[in-house]
Amino acid sequence: MEAGALASGHERTLTERIVSAIRGRPALVAVVVLAVIVLVMVAAKGLHDVAQTGLNGLSLGAVYALGAVGLTLVYGILRLVNFAQGDFLTFGAYMAYLVNVTWGLPLVLGIAVGMAMTALLAVSLELIIWRPMRAKRAGVMQLLLISIGLAFVIRAFVQYIWSTDIRSLDVNVTATVHFFGLTIGRTQLIVIVIGFVVLIATGLMLRLTLLGKRMRALSDDIELAETAGIDTSRVILYTWIFAGALAGLAGVLSGAVTSLDPVFGFQLLLPIFAAVVLGGIGDPFGALAGGIVLGLVIEWSTLFIAAQWKVTIGFAALIIALIIRPQGIFGKARAL
Amino acid sequence: MHLPLAISLNFLTDTGFWTGVLILAGVYALVALGLQLNMGFTGIVNFGAAGFMAVGAYSMAILTLKTGLSFWASLPISMLITIGFGFLLGLPSLRLRADYLAIVTIAASEVVRLVAQNARDLTGGNQGLFCEGAKCFDDQWRDVSDKIVGWLQDLGWSNPDQLVPLLLVVWLTVIVVTLGLVFAQRTPWGRVLRAVREDEDAARALGKNAFSYKLQSLSISAAIGAIAGWFLALDLATLHPLDYEPIVTFYAYAILVLGGLANYWGVLAGAVIFWVIVEGTRFLELGISEVRLAAIRFAIAGLILILIMVFRPQGLFGKRDEMVLGE
Repeated sequence: MEAGALASGHERTLTERIVSAIRGRPALVAVVVLAVIVLVMVAAKGLHDVAQTGLNGLSLGAVYALGAVGLTLVYGILRLVNFAQGDFLTFGAYMAYLVNVTWGLPLVLGIAVGMAMTALLAVSLELIIWRPMRAKRAGVMQLLLISIGLAFVIRAFVQYIWSTDIRSLDVNVTATVHFFGLTIGRTQLIVIVIGFVVLIATGLMLRLTLLGKRMRALSDDIELAETAGIDTSRVILYTWIFAGALAGLAGVLSGAVTSLDPVFGFQLLLPIFAAVVLGGIGDPFGALAGGIVLGLVIEWSTLFIAAQWKVTIGFAALIIALIIRPQGIFGKARAL
Repeated sequence: MHLPLAISLNFLTDTGFWTGVLILAGVYALVALGLQLNMGFTGIVNFGAAGFMAVGAYSMAILTLKTGLSFWASLPISMLITIGFGFLLGLPSLRLRADYLAIVTIAASEVVRLVAQNARDLTGGNQGLFCEGAKCFDDQWRDVSDKIVGWLQDLGWSNPDQLVPLLLVVWLTVIVVTLGLVFAQRTPWGRVLRAVREDEDAARALGKNAFSYKLQSLSISAAIGAIAGWFLALDLATLHPLDYEPIVTFYAYAILVLGGLANYWGVLAGAVIFWVIVEGTRFLELGISEVRLAAIRFAIAGLILILIMVFRPQGLFGKRDEMVLGE
């Protein structure tokens, strides 16, 4: 009996040590867990399949990550759960459609216009609605319901002009690129490249530039940032430009690899929320990583489960992540 | 000369229009009553109402079609299943703060809808679920409905719309549920709910198990959601995953804030006003396609939400001193 008590006592200290080691380095644990998952999958399904679905995961993940960065900054800075973010993606994609298909101009121009117009939309909404509502000291629920109303209005605008028909951007959908025995659509490859270049640029901008540091400072503690002499309403405007442009880009990229209809952006909203939550709300680097991880996990799940279930997997991951670790897999525990 | 924006007033006398609108209003009034209990009286931000409806409706239809249970026997069982779903959803998530809870509940309702869409053997998927061979899920309801039509004819209503019996049953249920909730709110139980809404820590300090009260509130809302789900299925005579999208929950929230928080009767008025405005657009003679008209209806629903939240956050009939969506 004494020996049993001794053994269980020893075991407890060991578990405690493991737990405390995990607590200190959540990002490291996340990477290790991901690496283990990849190794298990490679062992079970072979390197080729894992790499092939991984490529799909990267393009999906880039879209999630681009949508999530702006959402998490707005959330962190303004305490605004912006349900209209998904419809920003829709709006950007249709602006690109206007330039690229209706006017027949190159897609690069379409991307630029899509980003610019979505940024303009985001800034206009800040000036017309969000700033006055902050002045009125509106609550979290009030802002949340307004953003749902805005999502409806944006979707209605798109549906009114372009109807509910499924549309495609003018991209080459048949050309493929082969390397290392893998096959990838040329458009999809371009999407991955553009997505990751912009994501890295975004990360550097947030890390190195003064504006990026100010954004993160606001997201961390807006009152402290204001006391420190930061012109908060200016930084908030830039944050909206940033969030709008990235959401517009995410919409165009998603539209390029799949197709456009008035609800596609809203359908991306929940996985984007999931990326935000995985990364820890208000943490833009976390949102980038969360988006990529989620895209990979969703596509890898198709190796084991029928592809029709992959969206469900994403939502289930969101629920589990929120319940188990509401501060995000990379986030540090803050008073929530 | 044709006016560009002419409104035909035919709808005021069109009984088919009023039957359809009032059934929808009744169904959504039920959903919004559940949300009122959660949001207005307990402070739970529940965005999973469409999921409750889907669980209730699908389990009712599946039990009726696949197990040989009668329609009437499947009602209480499907309600218990929905309550169980609400309980299991609330158990881990009700400790989360408001915005997280909103996301978890909306994700849960989407999981339900996606299961309904993809588990085709059970739910019929995108084909919808209505009949299996010669047997339809609503056969036994139709017998009763025909009987009610017969009574109405005996009373001298020469040719009532086929849906009038459903209309009567829906609104009878709405009234009963509203009375039940209003009564419950006046009991000590109801006062604890409000205490939890106002200050959970204070309620706990007084020895009340706040979490248990929140779980009860969510479970009751699930039960009401199941009833709304049955009625929607009977109204449409089919079950389709697209009828349980998050937009159903959003419409119910628009109705909730239109009627006003912490006021059960306001919800009923809000539901009727909302659906008369939204469905009344059918009679706008703008000379545009059905898709565009649908877009306009959509925009109107969005504008109702925005305008109420910006200018009158307590809603049309809410009590400003009791519950405002501030803070």
